[in-house]
Amino acid sequence: MSFGAIKDIIDLCEKNEKNFYQIILEDDCKERDVTKEASQEKMTQLLDAMLLAAFSYDAELLSASKMVGGDGGRMEAFRHEQKGYCGDYIQEVMAHALQMGESNACMKRIVAAPTAGSCGVLPAVLVPLFHRQLIDQQEMVEAMYVAAGIGQVIASRAFIAGAAGGCQAEIGSASAMAAGALVYLKNGSAKQIGDAVAIALKGLLGLACDPVAGLVEVPCVKRNVVGALNALSSADMVLAGIKSAIPVDEVIDAMKDIGMKMDVSLKETGKGGLAATPTGKKLKDDLV
Amino acid sequence: MNIFDILGPVMVGPSSSHTAGAVRIGFVSRTLLGEKPVKARILLAGSFADTGKGHGTDKAIIAGLLGMDTDDINIPDVFDIAQKQNFKYEFGTIQLPQAHPNTAVINLWGKSGKELNIQASSLGGGRIMVDKIDGIDVNFTGEYPTLIVHNQDQPGHVAEVTSMLSHKSVNIANMQLNRDKKGGYAVMVLETDQPIPSEAISWLAHLEGIIKVTYYNPTEVK
Repeated sequence: MSFGAIKDIIDLCEKNEKNFYQIILEDDCKERDVTKEASQEKMTQLLDAMLLAAFSYDAELLSASKMVGGDGGRMEAFRHEQKGYCGDYIQEVMAHALQMGESNACMKRIVAAPTAGSCGVLPAVLVPLFHRQLIDQQEMVEAMYVAAGIGQVIASRAFIAGAAGGCQAEIGSASAMAAGALVYLKNGSAKQIGDAVAIALKGLLGLACDPVAGLVEVPCVKRNVVGALNALSSADMVLAGIKSAIPVDEVIDAMKDIGMKMDVSLKETGKGGLAATPTGKKLKDDLV
Repeated sequence: MNIFDILGPVMVGPSSSHTAGAVRIGFVSRTLLGEKPVKARILLAGSFADTGKGHGTDKAIIAGLLGMDTDDINIPDVFDIAQKQNFKYEFGTIQLPQAHPNTAVINLWGKSGKELNIQASSLGGGRIMVDKIDGIDVNFTGEYPTLIVHNQDQPGHVAEVTSMLSHKSVNIANMQLNRDKKGGYAVMVLETDQPIPSEAISWLAHLEGIIKVTYYNPTEVK
């Protein structure tokens, strides 16, 4: 892997007068020894898989534990009633985040982004834009490169697995990746992409991975909504001209520091936090 | 690690570490065995043992052993498929205090009687690490073409392998050498940037002092 810091990507963008997507694409070509066409074709396959997963949601399905299922359908129905606080786009984002999280819990096919538990965040913000024809296929692909490039730095500098660093490493990373992609889609600079990553990740620092019965269900599915909305607000703040006080790479290092200090009961063992509540324990006992 | 280790894999849920990583562990084990497996004994450790059932870790490992990829929609039904193919398996648990929290130890038997013992862990995001083969540390990820050479611990084998690779214009990305004792049994693990031609691998396997050569190519269609 070539990039150990988001700053390295920003510097390359500025030095070569290229955008974030171009730098990540060129690096992938070099890293995997493939042509630009081959690289883009592979990313387009992922996009197809992501869209297929988003549009093949089944609101009737329940997970094996029966703890999750159907909420994506409820949210989508509520959106059409136009009664809630959030606007139509935000509610569609929420519905997509829930749907993808539920499809994952029901052993349907999804695209890990960066993990399966956080697979709803990135498609939740992108698919409704695509669906409304606000962005086209090429822009979706470019946004996915931006997200992947960000995730790669987080994975190499810190971690992206809940078992290693808590939920901040999964939903936090997914949210940071989505925030950067959203800023990119509004023609934000590489520096602004870095600020959006920093702000999004800062907002979720310390989030524990405490799933009930150790399953990727409660609270994971709904945390995809949190990650998606946090990405949107972070992107909008940056586009409004707001900067991150702490540089992005230092924020990633802080995430690692917090993850290392986090007790093992809060890192995907199903032993602390929500999993250790009386109801969490009862849900687990009811499974066996 | 490349960007498609971050976005992706396309996978059947629910967990990239407990499901997709587990499929890959099974799949890499099958490839390393080098023939169709007929029987497996799988021991789960740590979080795999604690929460594996709800994540379908057991189904995922069997699916990989049967040659399925992480996105195969048949993974939920794999126990029935295994029965139809007359593939025998048993599960147990094992305590491995030193190992990564998501670790499996697999004993695998092939149709011609080949045997393999592998210890592998799932690192998150579907990425894995093969920790040991036949009890010897190997520590490779399966993200690169990987050559594993079991040989007598005697001088010259490193030179043979590396000169063969440079002759074939294959660049070495990583190399490690582990042995059980001086002059005993050694395992060389080489991760390369380009695939290694099959004739080079069979040439290597026939050299004196080379006990076994295994090759894993992640880009090869199964």
